[in-house]
Amino acid sequence: MTPIPAPPVLLSALTPVLVILAAGALVLLLDLVPPRDTKQHLGGLALGGFVASLLASVWFWDADLRAFRDMIALDNFALFFNLVIGYAGALVVLLSMDYVRRTGAETGEYYALVLFAGSGMMLLGSATDLIVVFLSLELMSLSLYVLAGLFKTRLDSGEASMKYFLLGAFASSFLLYGIALVYGATGSTNFDKVAAALAGKAPDGLVVVGLGLMLVGFGFKLSSVPFHMWAPDVYQGAPTTVTAFIATGSKAAAFAAVIRLLFSALRSMQPDWTVLLWGVAALTMTVGNVVAIAQSNLKRMLAYSSVAHVGYMLVGLVAGGASGAGAVLFYLLAYTFTTAGTFGVISLCGRTSGDESVDVRDYAGLARRHPLLAFVLSLFLLSLIGIPPLAGFVGKFYLFGAAVRGGYLWLVVIGVLNSAIAAYYYLRVIVYMYMREPEEAIPAGLVPSFAGGLALAISIVGIVLLGVMPAPFANLAVAAVAPLLK
Amino acid sequence: MVEYLPILMTFGAAAAVAGALLGLPYLLAPKRVTPVKAQPFECGKDPIAVSEGRFAIKFAMIAIFFILIDIELLFVWPWAALYRRLGWFGFAEMLVFLGILMLGFLYIWKKGGLEWE
Amino acid sequence: MSPIAFALVAAIAIASAIGLLVKKNPIHGALFLVVNLGCVAVFYLGLGAEFLAVAQVIVYAGAIMVLFVFAIMVLIPGKEETGPDPRVRWRVAALPFGALLFAQLIMILGARRGAPTAAPAAPVPGGVEAIGRLLFTDYLLPFELTSVLLLAAMVGVLLLARRRA
Repeated sequence: MTPIPAPPVLLSALTPVLVILAAGALVLLLDLVPPRDTKQHLGGLALGGFVASLLASVWFWDADLRAFRDMIALDNFALFFNLVIGYAGALVVLLSMDYVRRTGAETGEYYALVLFAGSGMMLLGSATDLIVVFLSLELMSLSLYVLAGLFKTRLDSGEASMKYFLLGAFASSFLLYGIALVYGATGSTNFDKVAAALAGKAPDGLVVVGLGLMLVGFGFKLSSVPFHMWAPDVYQGAPTTVTAFIATGSKAAAFAAVIRLLFSALRSMQPDWTVLLWGVAALTMTVGNVVAIAQSNLKRMLAYSSVAHVGYMLVGLVAGGASGAGAVLFYLLAYTFTTAGTFGVISLCGRTSGDESVDVRDYAGLARRHPLLAFVLSLFLLSLIGIPPLAGFVGKFYLFGAAVRGGYLWLVVIGVLNSAIAAYYYLRVIVYMYMREPEEAIPAGLVPSFAGGLALAISIVGIVLLGVMPAPFANLAVAAVAPLLK
Repeated sequence: MVEYLPILMTFGAAAAVAGALLGLPYLLAPKRVTPVKAQPFECGKDPIAVSEGRFAIKFAMIAIFFILIDIELLFVWPWAALYRRLGWFGFAEMLVFLGILMLGFLYIWKKGGLEWE
Repeated sequence: MSPIAFALVAAIAIASAIGLLVKKNPIHGALFLVVNLGCVAVFYLGLGAEFLAVAQVIVYAGAIMVLFVFAIMVLIPGKEETGPDPRVRWRVAALPFGALLFAQLIMILGARRGAPTAAPAAPVPGGVEAIGRLLFTDYLLPFELTSVLLLAAMVGVLLLARRRA
């Protein structure tokens, strides 16, 4: 009976995740004790969890920790995504505090699940082992499936939850099959060991198929064409704050896993996946933008718009290298602020009956009723188009610049044409807000609560700051991808 | 594979007992079938009905809790086979694992998830 | 595993899989699925993967089949499914995909039969002690992460299924 030696444990490498998990556990415990009529304090606790995690991530900047037999890494790459996801989570919680109470869906579970989803997202950024990738992806997805069905009495919320769950589970099985094939071909699930096993020889057929299957699985999570079908229904049906989290946090996390996987474990197969992603990027941009034109429901339109933005970011992956991957990271940061802000305004423009104003006609004349909200929404939409000096412009500039330097001129041409198409449907909303009169009397939109106003203010500061002085943040993004390119 | 022979024998014994319970009455017992006896037994209810309409979700909820606890059990089993060799570290590992799950259990319990009304 | 035992169990597995496909009564299909899952568990045993075999029986043939049978009984009327399938064209579309997967299988088998291109992964002992040893040392993080996943699932079930908020 020989004792089994204990494995080394370095919990500090998990600090940002543990902080969020602890907040989640605390939310569950405090939910069991009074006060029972309000859950605002739990929202505050969730916010505190995300802020503490942000602070921890800043504290650990430039750390290079590896733990649990190299299954996770707390390097600048992981920390950058912790920042993106921490901001996304904090903004979502701020917007939720007012939103879920107003819609009568305020429960302790809501905040706990937002925290659990956030911890899964952060782990995805840290994961350097395919098993941890899978588990954290499931932790994130499972929480989001449930959150999408938060409004139990509304059919479209149930539809969103069901579709998201079925297609997400399907995607997970593709990912798992790919992981199994890569493990079979290389004998390991560890990123470094996979890279070492693949280095310097022609890729095995098994690995190529495994790569394809994994990209299918991630393609669903990223909602890249042709795996984007779930996005409009889920975005439309899910509670707006949850939609914001799906659009920002889950996308950033999926990108984190894809970038780390492609740039470290599968770097020797770069020619293979570059060709694949070239096609996916071109398709994703075009389909997303063209179909978005036909949408009159604002949440559906933003769903297709997010598909298009994923396409732009894939251009950065095709370009490759520190400038390409760094541009993707910068874009994700800009996109998180912009999208969280856009959905934030939508979540505030509800009616007193609890229904939301999601049709573009509901926004007619908003500039007269709520000049400030209309102005704020216009700013976010302009950033999504990519008008200088807002964050979206700089993000696209970096992405397309990296692609031009990489020699992918045609992809950039497609991207720029798409940006022009996109301007049409974003500007249409602005035209409605400023130049159209409402067809019928619309009940006044709501005045943002303090928390909601704070979230919008943070988002605006974010997009303006990223747009006016992008250099420090771009340097941060490039520094973040450096550990992958060693 | 030989070490699994006892399990196979257990299955065999179970099949024999079940077969005997079904088969012996068929051979030995007197058979007098009346329409009432031919009906499946359902206490005071119409035994045949189409299952349309809504069903309480609590059934599904209990079934899912069962699966979750079942998966938890699967992890306890190898731990139980090894716990002397794992020592205090193994004890701490399982404490964390079960502690997280017991938090969920406490939450379900206190929130009335296990009440049948 | 002796070839005779393998052939016997494989025959039962294939027969039960066919039974699952052709039976119209969903409860009968579910029972065939139990038999099929049991056969797969025996295959695992034959390969020395004891833990996987037990997991297959406890989780799949046990818990998940309970949920299956349960859902069938609650949701589907007892009478057998009747009438033509309205989506027969979609089934036809499944044929080429099935053929593709089959071709892939043959291709992989063929490639493996020739010179192995990559060094085959070292055989991993699958007994419960070996699995436990890995689980509680090298795979400590995934192990603990599983409990968080289960916790999120519990909370999620409660949120969706509770009658009142």
